[in-house]
Amino acid sequence: MSVAVREQKRSAWGGGYSPFKVEYGKLMMWFFLLSDSFTFGALLISYLTTRFATMGWPDPNKVFKSYPGASEFANAPLVFVSVMTFILIISSVTMVLAVQAGKEMNKKAVIKYTLFTIIGGLLFLSCQAWEWTHLYREGAWWGRNPFPNFDGSLSSPNFTNFFFTITGFHGFHVFSGVIINIVMLIMAFVMYSKKEDII
Amino acid sequence: MSHEVVLQADVAGVHGTAHHEEHHHKQSFITKYVFSQDHKIIGKQFLITGIIWAILGGFMSVLFRLQLGFPDTTFPWLETVLGKWGKGGHIAQEAYYSLTTIHGTVMVFFVLTGGLSGTFANFLIPLQIGARDMASPLMNMLSYWFFLLASVVLLSSFFLETGPFSGGWTAYPPLSALGQASDGSKQGMDMWLTALVFFVVSQLLGGLNYISTVLNMRTKGMSMTRMPLSVWGVFLQAVLGVLSFPVLFAGFILLIFDRHFGTSFYLSDIFVAGQILPHEGGNAILYQHLFWFLGHPEVYIVILPAMGLVSEVMSTNARKPIFGYSAMVMSMFAIVILAFLVWAHHMFVTGLNPFLGSVFVLLTLLIAVPSAIKVFNWLTTLWRGNIRFTTGMLFAIGFVSLFISGGLTGIYLGNSAIDIHIHDTYFVIAHFHLVMGVAAFFGMFCGVYHWFPKMFGRFMNSTLGNIHFWVTLIGAYLIFWPMHYEGFAGMPRRYYDYSGWESFKQFISLNKFISIVVIITFTGQFLFVFNFFYSIFKGRKVTNKNPWQSNTLEWTTPIKPLHGNWPGEIPEVYRWPYDYGKDGVDFIPQTTPVGEDESVH
Ligand code: HEM
Ligand SMILES: [Cu+2]
Repeated sequence: MSVAVREQKRSAWGGGYSPFKVEYGKLMMWFFLLSDSFTFGALLISYLTTRFATMGWPDPNKVFKSYPGASEFANAPLVFVSVMTFILIISSVTMVLAVQAGKEMNKKAVIKYTLFTIIGGLLFLSCQAWEWTHLYREGAWWGRNPFPNFDGSLSSPNFTNFFFTITGFHGFHVFSGVIINIVMLIMAFVMYSKKEDII
Repeated sequence: MSHEVVLQADVAGVHGTAHHEEHHHKQSFITKYVFSQDHKIIGKQFLITGIIWAILGGFMSVLFRLQLGFPDTTFPWLETVLGKWGKGGHIAQEAYYSLTTIHGTVMVFFVLTGGLSGTFANFLIPLQIGARDMASPLMNMLSYWFFLLASVVLLSSFFLETGPFSGGWTAYPPLSALGQASDGSKQGMDMWLTALVFFVVSQLLGGLNYISTVLNMRTKGMSMTRMPLSVWGVFLQAVLGVLSFPVLFAGFILLIFDRHFGTSFYLSDIFVAGQILPHEGGNAILYQHLFWFLGHPEVYIVILPAMGLVSEVMSTNARKPIFGYSAMVMSMFAIVILAFLVWAHHMFVTGLNPFLGSVFVLLTLLIAVPSAIKVFNWLTTLWRGNIRFTTGMLFAIGFVSLFISGGLTGIYLGNSAIDIHIHDTYFVIAHFHLVMGVAAFFGMFCGVYHWFPKMFGRFMNSTLGNIHFWVTLIGAYLIFWPMHYEGFAGMPRRYYDYSGWESFKQFISLNKFISIVVIITFTGQFLFVFNFFYSIFKGRKVTNKNPWQSNTLEWTTPIKPLHGNWPGEIPEVYRWPYDYGKDGVDFIPQTTPVGEDESVH
């Protein structure tokens, strides 16, 4: 074989480094999120097909009309649900801010925003706990649906079955996120007090 | 070979500074062979677990074939061995259904998914892309232990009073949702579900690792298009698995709720044993959609790694470049995408809207195109090659034969007009055993015979290997070919005894014949088992780093690589892996720089 050797061209996909310039943990996280969206996608599509195949469905304005401390006759349709959604969105904003602060190596800000995110997550979980308890007291649970359909007819338990299963799975998700955030907060805190330079 | 000398010099030169000193630590037996994080050991753990499962799963099929072939004969030893399941020398009905169910589950998930991709993704990815190990060795180890846990749980269901699950490997509700529906639907089903949830976890841990390792950890010069097809196969199967197993998981969550928490996702208006159940509003077909959304990709999860192994072994042993490398990669991509769009071809008779059915017919027939492209490329790779008939090569060729035979019947089944008649008959059994079951086994055997020298530093005996090949190939055709005729005659699958039907009496002796061949072929597999374990300790020693004169990186490691694979620097790659017979040179390893006057592939 000839001795003279051709130069290798270097490119992002040419091997020797990460084509997306990320460490493997992040890559795994991306793919995990993709896979996770398929789990939720499957649950939501199951819900949708069942809902379309079911003759009647309860009126959300009538199911979700209470809030903590409200009287029995309170009528605030979807208000508390919106508040919960708002909390969740805010906590993802603070999460993004925490990541950004991490990139800027601003440890104080990382700790602050991670803390906000955890508080947001816990707040959401408490709201959900209240909501579940409230619905349970009204007679709703897996296999039991006290709410009539839009047209007043008796409804099947499909609504409560899907509601508790999917929001339960979601709540479990938020809970895992909170735990992971707490671990990260502790790590950031330890590094902060040791004045270490990695984050 | 000059190349080897250079590499050795390399090793001596950098050894002192290599960042791999840590691996010279003494390791105890436990950390080295049991809780190992070395991808090579984990691969072997998957392989040996897979072999044990295959023997058990195969034995189950022998037992239920006894019932199918000899419904009127009594085998007193059955009662001795199986107790109440073999009462009076017959396999009891409930036992028969459990055996077929667990046979299917074990073969599809534990052998051909866990055992096949678990073995070769782990063993080959780091070695062939030039990495020290997987991206996360810890997750990799956990992946194996979840797999083993799943295995133990599934196996223990055999020791339940009510026996293992018995409603078929697809576990359709209501049979799988209602404990009162059958004995197997009681705790057996709970353990089945537990085992499969652990299995999904194992697949995710493994799959995420394979994907990020392939994307991130290739050595210098190893661009994606210089990867051996074996790496492409396991990489794409991991992508398929990561995207489809979660859907099965979601389906299982709903099933668990139906079983234990009073929901009716899959159940409505049911009578069981004269009792009206309170369930209402659910839909059993929903489960089938969720199951087959995984289930169809799953068959490609099984076959893609086998395709990759076969391509690699075939090119090496034909001493020719693989024909149409990029067509091979593109057709695997096409398979990955189409695999998600054809699931309802398993559901043509569920009352699916015929228009929707015709869409799925079209998409199903489309997926035959990339499969056919691959077959064409294998055949053209063989064409005018200098074929070396090693045992691995024989199995690679056998794979192609089986894949063609079974793939053609897929095209029959993919047409709903035909499928409506032969759905759930032995025709389907024949189709998928040839195209998936036996073909994937052949891919696995091909891989084991070929990479055994790298795994254990010794060769398997090729005389025994060749006998094993012929016994298995002839056996497989004799078993599954006749089933096409039974299927055309309408003989349904999953029945306990056909002798009561006038229309199937004609098959009594055919069934007997099939069962006898099953017993012979199953026994023949012990040639492999013996060969495998004997050769680990007593096989002919490998004396040359590259015994097959192959181009890929794993053959540049020492004969018995330690954890970390290369003692010195990881070699750099300069060319694709299929430079066989180029410019009159028999083979040019990937680590050889491209000469000035040489054309690049
Ligand atoms: C050539 C392309 C293929 C086509 C058009 C095709 C089509 C089909 C169809 C329509 C069915 C459903 C039959 C029924 O239940 O009535 C089926 C079943 C099946 N196919 Fe294929 N197939 C093809 C290739 C494959 C491959 C490559 C594999 C595996 C590697 C495979 C594995 C299976 C399995 C496991 C089943 C049966 C599942 C069960 O019901 O238990 N097929 N095939
Ligand atoms: Cu399919």
